[in-house]
Amino acid sequence: MAATNSRPLSPHLTIWRWGPHMLVSILHRVTGAALSIGGLAILTWWLMAIAQGQEAYGHFTKIATHPIGVIVLIGLTWSFFQHLLSGIRHLVMDSGAGFELGINKTFAVLTLVGSVVLTAALWIYVLEMRP
Amino acid sequence: MSLGDSASPLGKVGGLGSAREGGEHWLTERVTSIALLLLGSWLIASLLLLPDLKQQTVIEWLRAPSGAVPMALLIVIAFKHALDGMKVFVDDYVHEEGNRFAVSTLLLFLAVGGGTLALYALAAIAFGGVA
Repeated sequence: MAATNSRPLSPHLTIWRWGPHMLVSILHRVTGAALSIGGLAILTWWLMAIAQGQEAYGHFTKIATHPIGVIVLIGLTWSFFQHLLSGIRHLVMDSGAGFELGINKTFAVLTLVGSVVLTAALWIYVLEMRP
Repeated sequence: MSLGDSASPLGKVGGLGSAREGGEHWLTERVTSIALLLLGSWLIASLLLLPDLKQQTVIEWLRAPSGAVPMALLIVIAFKHALDGMKVFVDDYVHEEGNRFAVSTLLLFLAVGGGTLALYALAAIAFGGVA
């Protein structure tokens, strides 16, 4: 199959009216990529740092607790919750349920609200309340 | 599209779409997502429940089977799910066949290599090779 530039393309991002379902769909991909690349790289780096000893772990901790490190970790936490909730939505839709316009939209909005609430709760606990 | 002309009726029923395969991939992605729902939540809960994240505390946690076994499962399944998800990216956005093969192969090497590195680090921690 030779791909040529002259073949017609199906309508894409520019033509659809934005809605929560579209945003959530795009975010599912973006957060999935962020978790695959950033999340797994940091998890592996963290495990390697633990395995390598005190100096390596101290180096990791220093970067992870730096404000930029914390922002990255907050971003990954939000990505995790958004991808998790959106993933549950996809599993429900795979069963054939949840395609009615109103329910579909509500479910999409709930994943957005839920991921922000869970991320905020977790980080408020970590930064403010954890002994 | 080219498949539509050449695929046998059996091939079509077997879920073979325009990417020539995928039924298995689709299902695996969903089964691993359910596992990661549990394992991801386990990781976050564990990190929050540990008294602190000092190196020695984390080592003790990962030396016990209750820490090491779920972590090993998390590593294997997360890298598999990431590979399956990123493969969809590649299949959707890399159109030229040669490039798609090259990027898919690179992705496979990165996922298997990264996952093995993470497992190696976990084994070093769990079996006590840590200074």
